[in-house]
Amino acid sequence: MGTLAEDYFRMLRIRRFEETVLDSFSRGIFFGTTHTYLGQEAIAVGVLDHCQESDVVMSNHRCHGHFLAYGGSMRALAAEMMGKSTGVCQGRGGSQHLKWKNFYSSGILGGTLPLAVGMAFVQRERGQGMVFAFLGDGALGQGVVYESLNMASLWNLPLLFIVENNLYAQSTPIRLNLAGEIPARFEAFGIPARTVSGSDLDQVRTTAGELQAGIRETSHPAALICSTYRFGPHSKGDDLRDRDEIAAFRQRDPLKLIEAQLDSGPRVQIETDVEQEVAAAFKQAEADPLAQPDELTPPLEMRP
Amino acid sequence: MTTVLEAINHGLRQCLATSEDVYLLGEDVLDPYGGAFKASRGLSSAFPQRVITTPISEPGFIGVAVGMALRGLRPVVEIMFGDFITLGADQLINHASKMRWMSADEVRVPLVLRTPMGGRRGYGPTHSQSLEKHFLGTPGLRVVAPNPWFSPEQLLINAVLYDDDPVLFIEHKILYSTPVWAAEAGEYKCSLTGGLYPAARIRIAGAPQPALTITAYGYASCLAAEAMRHLAYEHELFAEVIAPTRLSPAATELLMNSASATGAVITVEEAPGEFGWGSEMITALQLAGLRGLRQQRVAAQAMPVPSSGPLEAAVLPQVDDIVAAALETV
Repeated sequence: MGTLAEDYFRMLRIRRFEETVLDSFSRGIFFGTTHTYLGQEAIAVGVLDHCQESDVVMSNHRCHGHFLAYGGSMRALAAEMMGKSTGVCQGRGGSQHLKWKNFYSSGILGGTLPLAVGMAFVQRERGQGMVFAFLGDGALGQGVVYESLNMASLWNLPLLFIVENNLYAQSTPIRLNLAGEIPARFEAFGIPARTVSGSDLDQVRTTAGELQAGIRETSHPAALICSTYRFGPHSKGDDLRDRDEIAAFRQRDPLKLIEAQLDSGPRVQIETDVEQEVAAAFKQAEADPLAQPDELTPPLEMRP
Repeated sequence: MTTVLEAINHGLRQCLATSEDVYLLGEDVLDPYGGAFKASRGLSSAFPQRVITTPISEPGFIGVAVGMALRGLRPVVEIMFGDFITLGADQLINHASKMRWMSADEVRVPLVLRTPMGGRRGYGPTHSQSLEKHFLGTPGLRVVAPNPWFSPEQLLINAVLYDDDPVLFIEHKILYSTPVWAAEAGEYKCSLTGGLYPAARIRIAGAPQPALTITAYGYASCLAAEAMRHLAYEHELFAEVIAPTRLSPAATELLMNSASATGAVITVEEAPGEFGWGSEMITALQLAGLRGLRQQRVAAQAMPVPSSGPLEAAVLPQVDDIVAAALETV
């Protein structure tokens, strides 16, 4: 588990990468759209601190923070968004469709959860590792989520569900789309759920640590509900939320909470290092060659 | 005599026996029930760890199978009625068929989804459809349909053990009680192409050169063969039936070959014809530049499949419809 300086470094990498993404859109260097992770950094870092080599991560549309915390390359992620052949998936997936090592993400909300259940099934059969599955509060509207909870619990699968409750499903506030309480939705299927502040790295990490240890021991799923808030728009510029509300949540910026505990010497050094890393990643990605049509392969093995 | 249902059951058993990576998932698949149509009878007793009964959650357990396949297993999913495949469309179209390609070939999804389609049993509008047309042409998904002409057992084994991509395996319900064709049965002569999913050319033994091609897949190929018999014995019109097992991506070589010789083609399918499989076959022949080709399409009426016997018979294509189309075409 990281020192304060390491924690700050890892969260700041995500923060500055995502800010650079949003700032760079107007330059026309990306294809498609994006969903940034600003404000939620402590969740990816705190949870994936417990991710071991043989574990699997199932991410969602808001996947950059998860990917970077998992150890993914900044340059390859930037290149993927720029449609370069050096991208994570050679420019085929773009911002929200990544596959690297045991990390998977997709743009279909909730539809990824049964995949995570199937993967956890294999992990259990092979006596090897667990699955971390991220979803947002918005995905809780999908019926397949509850089918997945049911099977994960019924079959005792080693799976941690991480709900990042940022209070908005795109533009719709949670009070207009979600009835009851989130933990109760998991508990109804016999899945224990713990709620933490997604701004508090230590709390996320400690609770995630307890849950994953239990999952590895008992092979029964659990849920970590993280209260959080995204500081950026849902995607690029579609933010109509109340400015005062955003400002209030920014008071609980997970980075500021860490920053306050760091001496200015190491802090400035980290900030300089991250600045250089992000700048270099974008520079390299921009210089990389665009993916070429002749690199496309058929989606099926050609057979008679 | 082996029925297609028995052949499928044997095929599943052989897959489970051959590879420990093969798992079966579906509703009510455990013994003694053995699945709604009994395709999995005996399998959970023989392989208790690898035959898994699921909740009534088609999107969920199709997705589970996709996840299993992504991590190295070779899952076989049974969907009790093909009509329920709409519930799993997201998993097939957005996940199973895209993961390999999106990851630039980093992963494979060796998944087989078997399901009974088709009517003629009076099950009514939501248990009688032939919905495979909605999945034809989906990049990254193979659609395969057994028929009695090529061993359904081997076809299933090929899909489960030797195909690393997702396969939607369409079994017409009436085929379940249909005997697998055997050469010694006499009346028909059948030759097959090669590969995992062979196409069959069926003629009446000893008949003269055909003047007409009838192409159909699954159970419709049996109706086509029956129509071929009527045409031969009652009208002295000789045809041959071309029955592919791989529907998508389309396997048209044998059909091209036959149509260039006969100059006349009838397509037969049990789904409504508009925007259907037959349209694609005829387009392929036209694009190949076959000159002077005459064609007809025999398909269901464009309405839901009724339950009542006479109504269902009126909506679904029958042998007489094929015969009438043939007499019009040639």
